[in-house]
Amino acid sequence: MKIAVCVSHVPDTATKVKVGVDEKSIDPTGVTYIINPYDEFAVEEALKTKEKFNCEVVVLSVGGENNKETIRKALAMGADTGILLKDDSPRDSFGVAKALAEEIKNQCCDLVFMGKQSVDYDNSIVGQLTAELLDYSCVSIVVDFKLDNNKIIAGREIEGGKEIVETQLPAVITTQKGLNEPRYASLKGIMAAKKKTIEEKAAAPYSSLTEIIKMKKPPAKQPGRIIGTDASAVPELVRLLREEAKVI
Amino acid sequence: MANKILGILEQSEGRLKKVSFEVLSLIARLSGELKLEAEALVIGSEIENMNDASGYGVNKITHFKNINFQKYSSSAYKNIVYDYAKETGAHYIFFPNTSFGKDLSPLVAAKLGAGIGMDCIHFEVVDNDIIATRPVYAGKALIDIKLKSEVKIFTIRPNIFKPIKLNSLATNFDVKQIDNPDLKTKVIEFKKAEGKLDVAEADIIVSGGRGLKGPENFYLVENLAEELGAAIGASRAAVDAGWRPHREQVGQTGKTVSPSLYIACGISGAIQHLAGMSSSKYIVAINKDKDAPIFSIADYGIAGDLFEVIPALSNEIKRIKS
Repeated sequence: MKIAVCVSHVPDTATKVKVGVDEKSIDPTGVTYIINPYDEFAVEEALKTKEKFNCEVVVLSVGGENNKETIRKALAMGADTGILLKDDSPRDSFGVAKALAEEIKNQCCDLVFMGKQSVDYDNSIVGQLTAELLDYSCVSIVVDFKLDNNKIIAGREIEGGKEIVETQLPAVITTQKGLNEPRYASLKGIMAAKKKTIEEKAAAPYSSLTEIIKMKKPPAKQPGRIIGTDASAVPELVRLLREEAKVI
Repeated sequence: MANKILGILEQSEGRLKKVSFEVLSLIARLSGELKLEAEALVIGSEIENMNDASGYGVNKITHFKNINFQKYSSSAYKNIVYDYAKETGAHYIFFPNTSFGKDLSPLVAAKLGAGIGMDCIHFEVVDNDIIATRPVYAGKALIDIKLKSEVKIFTIRPNIFKPIKLNSLATNFDVKQIDNPDLKTKVIEFKKAEGKLDVAEADIIVSGGRGLKGPENFYLVENLAEELGAAIGASRAAVDAGWRPHREQVGQTGKTVSPSLYIACGISGAIQHLAGMSSSKYIVAINKDKDAPIFSIADYGIAGDLFEVIPALSNEIKRIKS
């Protein structure tokens, strides 16, 4: 068995988003990029699976040169090799999935982990698209994962509870917070990762299915009012909620 | 020929969910503007409230039935939607942006080679095509998108599109039995969470943060939620501290929500939290610190001690409701 873990390189969640001059993407000035938070759960689960079944973990990322930082972060945590599927132009989810699927096929990986969504475009579909392009099984939003021979039992977080899903390899699993506690990279891991080479390949060609017409800020909320500083303001608050907002 | 606009309805434990009616109303409206015919489908075993789906302006609803469909199976469901889309010549397909729709829609999109836009909050028909608006960066920005594929798939955020009964047109119901579905990937068990309502679906949310000082004080939030029939939410700080389960987390690494009313208790308003809830219709903040960022987006605020304010609010709501 060989495992692929797919990571994306995204703006830190503390970023204050400013729309760029092209009005189609964000202004990258001063933005810090990090490994997509949900992908850390994917890396951790890949490493746990590696420790149990003694297999290889390859890290894949689609994007520009800077994505290597994020690949290196996964290598420092303990992944074996890294491949950058290079494309300097941004891709929609389908384009990312296509590049990943092709390389997963090349690498003959039969188990794939990735975060359930990237915290930039928030589509939450790359895992499912990749699975379907490869004709692999897919379980998304996973919070429990067990592999036994070829059989997978995974817990999937849904509204109001958890679905226990049964499927089999080959499969793509998209990871949700709660699945595990991602490890910190050790100093030794960081040093080792610096020495590892990250292979670079051109991402599979793709013509985008999504046209971004315009990016804009959401309408600003009107500043509200503070109606009091203690419990005596409660009747007025309830009156406003009933008569003005009409929400209760 | 591509001439249909198709809505995928969601049922849970044999009942159509509220978001299904939102899908119906939306496709009825868009079918008028695009001059296409609206049809819907639902996959399930028995569905007890099927007749409630009549009268939303959708001509036909097909129920694909099998005893195994009491529980979700992505492998079986994707084939049904794919086949139906092919057969009817669907040009647009709409799913709810729920854990069900988010799982299923991309599988269908990949099979059809369809472009896909998730979690849309607004649709406009321009030059006989749909322009969809969707939040990105957890709502810190919005994008308007257009899909360039032959078949186009969108998912809609729950609670945004109001279901409107028209009663002008009777809906035809059809039932199709599915034999030997592909159950390679299937749900074998559903474990219900303790809380009654999920934040992603609730009309009112009462959320608690670090200001509650400990998990033992969350009963204040629970009581208020109970009085309002609201779901319970939590800030990342409260979840990371282990006070509340992750499924309650609202914000950029939790859930993005748009309820009618969001009551933030003891939440200062980190940027990640604000991104996840600022599209709520009305926001109430209860926080000791009058300079907390949450007040900058709250419609109504009480800058006071939540240990006094929340019980008083629970009592007042109880009083007016009795």
